[in-house]
Amino acid sequence: MTASDCLVALFAAPALGAAIAAGSRHPRVAEAANLIGSLIALAAALPLPFFAAYGDTVLLGDYLIVDRLSAWVSVCTALVYCLSSLFAIGYMRTLGEDAKLPTFYGLFALFGWTTLLAPLVNNVGVYWIAIELTTLVSTFLVAFERTPESMEAAWKYIMIVSAGISLALLGTVLIYWAGTFSLGPSYALDWATLTAAAPRMSPALVMLAFLLALVGYGTKVGLVPMHTWLPDAHAEAPAPVSAMLSGALLNAAMVGVVRFLAIANASPVAREAHVAMVLFGLVSLAVAAFFIVRQERVKRLMAYSSVEHMGVIALGFGFGGAFGTAGALFHMLGHSLNKGLMFFGAGAAMRSYGTTEIARIRDFGRHFPRIGALWLAGAVAITGAPVFALFFSEFVILLGGFDQRFAWAAYLMAALLILVFIAFLNHFRIMFHEPGEAETDAPARISAWCVTPMAIALVPLLVFGFWWPSAFWNYFEAAAHALGMVAS
Amino acid sequence: MTLTALPPIATSIFGLLAIAALLLTFVMLGSRWLDHYLYAFAAESWMIAGLSATVGIYAGYPELILIALLTIVFRGVLLPYLIWRIIQRQAADHEVEAILRPSSSLLVGAAAVIFALVVAYHIGDDLGLVGTVAVLALTVMLAMKLIGFLMLVFRHEAISQVLGLLVLENGIFLGAQILVPGMPMLFEIVILFDLLVAVACFGILVRYLRSAIGSTSSLGLRKLRG
Repeated sequence: MTASDCLVALFAAPALGAAIAAGSRHPRVAEAANLIGSLIALAAALPLPFFAAYGDTVLLGDYLIVDRLSAWVSVCTALVYCLSSLFAIGYMRTLGEDAKLPTFYGLFALFGWTTLLAPLVNNVGVYWIAIELTTLVSTFLVAFERTPESMEAAWKYIMIVSAGISLALLGTVLIYWAGTFSLGPSYALDWATLTAAAPRMSPALVMLAFLLALVGYGTKVGLVPMHTWLPDAHAEAPAPVSAMLSGALLNAAMVGVVRFLAIANASPVAREAHVAMVLFGLVSLAVAAFFIVRQERVKRLMAYSSVEHMGVIALGFGFGGAFGTAGALFHMLGHSLNKGLMFFGAGAAMRSYGTTEIARIRDFGRHFPRIGALWLAGAVAITGAPVFALFFSEFVILLGGFDQRFAWAAYLMAALLILVFIAFLNHFRIMFHEPGEAETDAPARISAWCVTPMAIALVPLLVFGFWWPSAFWNYFEAAAHALGMVAS
Repeated sequence: MTLTALPPIATSIFGLLAIAALLLTFVMLGSRWLDHYLYAFAAESWMIAGLSATVGIYAGYPELILIALLTIVFRGVLLPYLIWRIIQRQAADHEVEAILRPSSSLLVGAAAVIFALVVAYHIGDDLGLVGTVAVLALTVMLAMKLIGFLMLVFRHEAISQVLGLLVLENGIFLGAQILVPGMPMLFEIVILFDLLVAVACFGILVRYLRSAIGSTSSLGLRKLRG
């Protein structure tokens, strides 16, 4: 078995799943096609980091690359896709729109396919197109319920993100132009060629291209102040789609930012580029923290938590070095699993109580002991409390920050994380322990399809909180070197 | 072949077409009727196609002639037709409601061009390209980008927002023809297809918007906040 076999399976399975799901008239067939597609994709993605650890593989005439970054993000994406597909079976049945399910699963598998494709693309231009495709497909998933709110969210999503990533296209053209001065008018537009040529590019042009890419792809990542589409889209999409948007799509776009950062790392503007990254990360973290404090709706709470965590990841890559990069990469995995878990819980709570408001969800733990325990554990985990994976990755990122010239940013980050911890868990205290008014009519039952993926997601979060295999560390360190994050 | 080695007549034609495209962007910014807006967009796409063809002929990139033909077919004919159909179907007010009066938007647009010129001049200075067509191309590219964003902000009719997005892309496409004529052709072709898909998606969404909210003005989209 080689990396190319894995990629064939990785792309064929969701594509076939999408075709079968959309072509079948039967909702159960569509569910099964999507689930099987996602399981095969996960099985195909898991070996990729092992191949990447032995060296980069470039496939399909330079258009796809399996390196440490892309292999790692593929695993995160495939995990979320698989868990969301499981959860979707239980969740989508409660919507009572069986006739529309084949369309839903067709789009869902296609969305899975595009988010798996984007991180693995080696060509800067094709990567841009892949990211644009993720938007076009997921817009219809956000608009799936056809309520006025979901239409509003979908329209804002497609307009803001399309306008945003057109800036990234401009950045792509400019970085190509910067390369033509040393490489001649025509050359291959791949990441490695550009990184190799970066030392000879005009620093001003590299910086301009990096900033355009940071703002452009940063729109898709949900960095403040380009995040305005994110809470709407995440809150109005069906819960499995929210989990995919947050756990898979944001990472896929972050890959673009990191690759452009790697190009900047090889040029004299590396320092300024890292400062820009840190500033965007800090602002995202701060704004998200304040919106978390005063949030009233449960899924918007999760959405702002995604903005917060993307800020943390941006800070990790911004701090750079082996620690910052390792923490950021590990945070991607932890956030993907954990945010999936949180959106599953939020979706289940919303369906069973029939409300989106935190204030009207009461005694959740008493009504649903199993799912309640899992959701509460997830909430503790996502705020970065000890023993869970995100504590570990945030700790490593902070170490990376103290280590460098960014100590001030690391102190601020720590303070904001503590604020988020208190505010986020306070909302959960209300939902679990605040005595409800007398009117509590018994909430609707939650299917086992919804509980299982939550339990599966929690296991690795707990295990990797206790135990960080040294293989991980070697992998991340090599990735940091490959991305030029470590000053050598 | 580099830009500086081109005969003066070639760079003059490039400059003429680029400035014509920029002027058409101003026509769009100042027009009150959706139809005029659309005609200006189509005309602008033809200018860009002309530019691709001239660059292809003078700088020796025969594949750019193909890009020019595809630009005419996609951006010059197919996209305007699709948008025209969307306008006809939703039978909405054909008057563009803007938050700013056309005269004020033109002024803001002029300020955007000056800003773009300053940025382009600085970059050109850094690269030793002052006085070449590259600075002009950068200026037009950045200015169309900024004006596209202005259109997105000032207008709230869904279709004029879609047109604003297309202007953003036209600006990049135009600049790319002059700055990086050797860019891999596959990329440009795929972007043309991608635009077509994007406009089709917008068309469906506009229809949904109309059925769910009852209007296509983004001023009605105020439910989600906080």
